[in-house]
Amino acid sequence: MTTAFIILLLPLVAAASNLLLLRKKANFSAFVSTFSAAICLVLTFGLIRQDDLNNLGSFNWIKIADFELDIGIELHGLGLGMILVVTLIGFLVHLFSLGYMREDAGKARYFSGLSLFMFSMTGIVFADNLAMMFIFWELVGVSSYLLIGHWYHKNTAAEAAKKAFLVNRIGDFGFMIGILLIWGAFGSVNFVEVEELVRNGNYDKGLLNWSVFCIFCGAIGKSAQVPLHVWLPDAMEGPTPVSALIHAATMVAAGVFMLTKVLFLIVEAPTAASVIQYVGAITALIAALMATQQNDIKKILAYSTLSQLGYMIMAVGFAGLLSGGAVLGEEASNAGFFHLYTHAFFKALLFLGSGAIIYACHHEQNIWKMGGLIGPMKITSITFLIATAALAGIYPLSGFYSKDAIMTVAEDKPILLVIGSFVVFLTAFYMTRLCVVVFFGKARSWSSEEAKEVPLLMLVPLLVLTIGAIFSGQPFAYSWFVDPKKIPHPEGVVLPLILTAIAVAGIIAGFFLYRGRDQEPYPVQVLAKKFYLDEIYIILVRIFQDAVAWVAKQIDRLLIDGLLVRGVARLVTEIGSVLRGMQSGNLQGYAFLFGVGVILVLYIINAAIG
Amino acid sequence: MIIDLIVFIPVIAALAIGLGAEGRKTALGAAGANLILGLIVISELMRKGGEELIFETSTVILENPKLTLGFAVDGMSGVLLLLTVIVTFCAVYISPEKAPDGKVKLYHISPLLISTGALGAFCSTDLFFLFAFHELALIPTFLMIGLYGHGRDKLAVAWKITIYLGVGSLILLGGLIALYSNLTSAESATFNIADLTAIAETMQLDQEVQKWIFLPLFLGFGILVSLFPFHSWAAPAYASAPTSIAMLHAGVLKKFGLYGILRVAMPMLPKGFEAWEGLILVLLLGNIIYVGFVTISQKYLDRMLGNSSVMHMGYAFLGIACVNHIGWNGAVLMMFAHGISIALLFALCGSLRERLSTLELSEIGGLASKVPFLAVSFGFAAFASIGLPGFANFASEITILFGAFNGAGEVGNLQKAAILALWGVVISAVYMLRAYRNVFQGDSAQGLTLVRRDSLNKIPIILMIVVLLLTGFFPNLILSILPS
Repeated sequence: MTTAFIILLLPLVAAASNLLLLRKKANFSAFVSTFSAAICLVLTFGLIRQDDLNNLGSFNWIKIADFELDIGIELHGLGLGMILVVTLIGFLVHLFSLGYMREDAGKARYFSGLSLFMFSMTGIVFADNLAMMFIFWELVGVSSYLLIGHWYHKNTAAEAAKKAFLVNRIGDFGFMIGILLIWGAFGSVNFVEVEELVRNGNYDKGLLNWSVFCIFCGAIGKSAQVPLHVWLPDAMEGPTPVSALIHAATMVAAGVFMLTKVLFLIVEAPTAASVIQYVGAITALIAALMATQQNDIKKILAYSTLSQLGYMIMAVGFAGLLSGGAVLGEEASNAGFFHLYTHAFFKALLFLGSGAIIYACHHEQNIWKMGGLIGPMKITSITFLIATAALAGIYPLSGFYSKDAIMTVAEDKPILLVIGSFVVFLTAFYMTRLCVVVFFGKARSWSSEEAKEVPLLMLVPLLVLTIGAIFSGQPFAYSWFVDPKKIPHPEGVVLPLILTAIAVAGIIAGFFLYRGRDQEPYPVQVLAKKFYLDEIYIILVRIFQDAVAWVAKQIDRLLIDGLLVRGVARLVTEIGSVLRGMQSGNLQGYAFLFGVGVILVLYIINAAIG
Repeated sequence: MIIDLIVFIPVIAALAIGLGAEGRKTALGAAGANLILGLIVISELMRKGGEELIFETSTVILENPKLTLGFAVDGMSGVLLLLTVIVTFCAVYISPEKAPDGKVKLYHISPLLISTGALGAFCSTDLFFLFAFHELALIPTFLMIGLYGHGRDKLAVAWKITIYLGVGSLILLGGLIALYSNLTSAESATFNIADLTAIAETMQLDQEVQKWIFLPLFLGFGILVSLFPFHSWAAPAYASAPTSIAMLHAGVLKKFGLYGILRVAMPMLPKGFEAWEGLILVLLLGNIIYVGFVTISQKYLDRMLGNSSVMHMGYAFLGIACVNHIGWNGAVLMMFAHGISIALLFALCGSLRERLSTLELSEIGGLASKVPFLAVSFGFAAFASIGLPGFANFASEITILFGAFNGAGEVGNLQKAAILALWGVVISAVYMLRAYRNVFQGDSAQGLTLVRRDSLNKIPIILMIVVLLLTGFFPNLILSILPS
């Protein structure tokens, strides 16, 4: 068994043993999961330093004559960066959870879920073909379902888990169609093989555009892009460390990663690519707008995540428009991935920081009940502020570089450049709002008055991630998996200066508008209510699903059951009335039919002989 | 010889019970023996590849026409045999010692007879006995629903399934007779399926003849599988039937129709299928989409599960409609996976029924903390049934879908149907997760009483989950013995 397969399977073993054997010993199962995450991290360090990354192992999952689906491992380039993000942040979140979930009654189940997630996410990164990617795609979906619904006795958590799974299934519906179209057109779903076939150029352009669009649907679901973004904010019902790992750093970024894997298709599908760009840009914009009016600290971060994912998706979408040569397309997708990489660190830090705050404030999540936390929680606050600055794109933190890369790509389309720049402003603005309200001023409730710094076990992950948030934009932090020359850099200083000015403007605006406030001074209903999209969707579901279902049920009851069956039933009862003298009708009725059958057979046999 | 044993062990056990042997223990012994024998048969098939018939036996009953009582298995029969012995074992295991009215004999004899009927039908080498064994299995099904069914309308339900399946069998019989009389002549009359297939391949019946024989065969078999729009018997019957009967009928016996189509109709009448392809695609979409919506609107857990089993049959039909080995093998894997998973769901539903005063979804809630084992197992079963990777159901669905798109450079009718069918994965997730959320998660429902709290039989539940996971992780265990 290769190292890569051990990294893949170890968390599965941990998840299974936790669920089956260790349920009674919660502390031990927490240890098993965390230990397996630690081993995976160490093995990953070994793996990415390995020179030869061919033949990482393969397992034949389905075979029918020539038709084969494999669980095979492919790891190079951006995948290396991704696997580090997954195992590193995964391990840190395990560590943080040891503190955060210490008292939880379902601790064994929680760690089981985390390990299952690590297994599934690793599978996505390792996948060497679309079918395998889909398999693990679904599995991260179910681990996310289990973890969001961890506190299943809460109605809100149960609903949020269900919603997340169902919305993702809608995206996966498209994803699977895309995979099938590729399979139909090329007779393979293996990345290397399909790339080769695409390069040979023998395919139908229109069909390829459709396939890319359908595959992108998978990313719309998993990366929570408009219009399927509605599940992510609700997913904040899960424990906060889960939000950091799954709903900020890794799983939701899987859509972006998947698009970089099928880059060779996107560059050949300009129509689908421009859909990808606009979906990304619109998501970036409206999520940032919604973030400005949320009061729950995790919801603000959730909308921020949506918005940043939109950025990444938009950048990858540019790959199709710059397809003068594949190199340029590759640069666009590198820019998207670069932002994924830096974002993973500072957004995981923000979420874990918010977890620390929520933990310290006795599970209070409303920012207007917090305040002045920089006093009692110095380390948490400072790491949080650094992450905020990184997210706002302040020099020289990591977000500054990755945002510049994306905006450099977007220069090709002025409208998207404008939207992108406006989002820079909004991002700086809503994060400043959050920080001003939470960390400064006076404590607004008993829960924040009593807050004190979290234990060391939870601080260590914060500190490690802070290092990432500061330095992950520097070439030494990424040159080992992507050539720094292939990441777009702005020419000259004009663009970075303008963007920095916009971000600073956002910070200043946020600071002065929210300094010293005790409640939202400028309520904007339409943003606070998220453009009423949830309500609209509920109505749509009522009409298109529940009403159709109701009609179908009535048809079933009245028409099919009523007319067809009753008609036949009457006929049979008429015939059966011959036998009315006997009792227990059902058996006799059937015996009659059976008898008719036997007689017919005997008659035929007789005829054949005769 | 081993197949004869497997087919007749349940009958012998049933006789013994009839003569006064202890009910549940005897039945369980027979089912356990069959489980072991079934595994031996499968290991032999794995060794030999499953293309050829093995363990063939025959007893000549008539010389001309050649009518023989004979059994044999190839890959497809072997998979269904395995399904039957597993589900029989679990169904017998989960049955209580006594029927609700305190009687024992019929209550334990019936599942055994159903088992024999199914095994005989799947392993018969003779067309006549293929049909006759299935009929044998139906009679105890009707009786058990009529006698021990749940609900006030159990007699009406028993009648309904009797009429439906009776009419279905009659139509099927008509088709079989037409097939037989067209393929054979007075000198070479035979009921042997392999011989008939060989004759059909060399003789190549007219397109028009094939078309009109295929229709009754397909409809007859189809009604037995609850093909839309002949499906409305299934959900009420499963909701009403005693747990073991629901498990055996939905899990095993219903697969007979699909088996018949793959064993008889498709190989002997390929052009007949072509003539009706469009209609068949529409009907199978009726199963998936229309019945899917019907399932969403169900208010009771047992009805919901019954309808979901109808819905999933659409995918098996889709696999058959692929007319290639990928789709067909996917369909066989689907029969196996669905058979186990629906039996598991009905077993769990039966346990819930014993513990709750109602199965109305809106009345239940928050059971996870009260019956944790049931909650976890139901979670496994639910996710298996909605096609989560790791379970055999997913492996079969993806195989069927890849079969439908095999070599499809453009999107034809089959591919369009497959795309629409794919929407079923969303529909099934909707009703399954809704039900799971209603039953196990959220607040504990007010006024809900747990009638019983005693432990349930975990072994059959765990066995079925393990089988689904094992064949989901390693579908080649099943696929490798199917012809390709």
